[in-house]
Amino acid sequence: MKYIALIYAAENAGPQYGTDEFDQMIGEYGSITERYEKDGVLLGGDALQDVNTATTISVRNGKTETIDGPFAETKEQLGGYYLFECENLDQALKYAAMIPSAKYGRVEVRPIMEY
Amino acid sequence: MKALNTIIKDHWGGIVALLSNYIQDLDLAEDAMQDALESALIHWQKSGIPNHPQAWLFTTAKHKALDKIRRAQNFANKQQQYQLLLDLNLKPETQEQDYSIPDERLRLIFTCCHPALDPSVAVALTLRLLGGLSTEEIAKSFLLKTKTMAQRIVRGKKKIKFAGIPYKIPEKEDFSQRLDVVLTVLYLIFNEGYAASGGDKPIRQGLCDEAIRLTQILFKLCPQQAEVKGLLALMLLHDSRKKSRYNHKGEFVPMEQQDRKLWNKKQIEQGIQLTQSALKQKQLGSYQLQAAISAIHAEAKDHKSTNWLEVVLIYDKLLSIKSSDVIRLNRLAALSQIKPVQELIEPVNQLESSLKKYQPFYAVKADFLNKIGEVKKAKFYYQKAIDLCENEGLKGFLIDKLQKL
Repeated sequence: MKYIALIYAAENAGPQYGTDEFDQMIGEYGSITERYEKDGVLLGGDALQDVNTATTISVRNGKTETIDGPFAETKEQLGGYYLFECENLDQALKYAAMIPSAKYGRVEVRPIMEY
Repeated sequence: MKALNTIIKDHWGGIVALLSNYIQDLDLAEDAMQDALESALIHWQKSGIPNHPQAWLFTTAKHKALDKIRRAQNFANKQQQYQLLLDLNLKPETQEQDYSIPDERLRLIFTCCHPALDPSVAVALTLRLLGGLSTEEIAKSFLLKTKTMAQRIVRGKKKIKFAGIPYKIPEKEDFSQRLDVVLTVLYLIFNEGYAASGGDKPIRQGLCDEAIRLTQILFKLCPQQAEVKGLLALMLLHDSRKKSRYNHKGEFVPMEQQDRKLWNKKQIEQGIQLTQSALKQKQLGSYQLQAAISAIHAEAKDHKSTNWLEVVLIYDKLLSIKSSDVIRLNRLAALSQIKPVQELIEPVNQLESSLKKYQPFYAVKADFLNKIGEVKKAKFYYQKAIDLCENEGLKGFLIDKLQKL
């Protein structure tokens, strides 16, 4: 089954850019990505640019409305994702728990709909 | 036809577990078993209960499942499921043709009590799929509409299917953590029966009995787990007092006033034996320790001769593995039996901010204040306890206490 792991965190949570802790976290991201590849479960994954760069649109009556900012004004924002191919939810949750941001943010795991 | 219902319930979980393991489809397994049950009610009433009811139910459920697959619109996609079921045959084990089916219930327990399911959903699925209770029965036990409970069960089965929750016994490294979730679900079922919230009955015995039966099954499946023994012991020891906890008017009777002759000796004996055997394993856990406290009460001749010091020491041990203000409150209540209450007012007050929605907190605080002669304050806190109380029998008891001050 395919699963997506959506990585959420508050912007000021966790290691900040320019610190040793931040470099260490990037290192951890590197090694888990290697591990996912080695285990053959990685289908994809990316980090997203800062939430300040988000633009939200909606189309009503054929008219596009554009808003500067994310869809939901919550404290925790989507910061990246991984796409896994796993046997079952247990396996997906095990891999999701390795994501460094899970230590200060949250990771939502959702199965991908297959037709 | 009570015997018939008991037989069906005894075999329900095993057959649903076996079928769902083969066809990887809980819904279909449950539906097939439901149909088999309806056939059993018709046939067994006419021609008596068969010699091997389990084999009868299993064979019938299997045929019902085959029927359902054959009639399904997407039959082509289900060939494999169909073949697996066809191959699934019971073999006579002994010369008396005593059929036995492989026990797959542990898988089903771990599926129903998966941490990815909300506890209320896990409770409903466990009672339905393992316990064999009807949706109506479960709804009634939890004072919900049948429709609400049915939706909850459907939602649970859907999540299992679409999120890919496996039918699997967890790996060794996850086993004890996952077992904790199972134990929590079973304890939730017991507690909802033992300290019923709402409704006109202070104890819903059916839920207590069901929780004990399911925990006994789990104990049979993992006899080496100290916490499983501990939970079973705790349930048996609590349940042993059911006849004395409420009087004939349905009012709560506190332990110090209970008629100990009404306590069920057989359950106490079993509970104590299980507690001792669990503690010997040196894998301490909170259920074993709570059972040990309950066992001390059960062993005491009367309330006064309870070994309170030992109770307090076990609470200390319990706090060292699980920090909880509810446990701290219970510890203080035990301590008040051997220490001047005056010294305990301050420690109780410290728990107020975290327990301000917890009825027993105010009952204990009121009791302490009353003992040191602060009657006016005691009245105020009894009223708070009454306002928070959801159990009618207990409410009556608290009102009575308030009025007697």
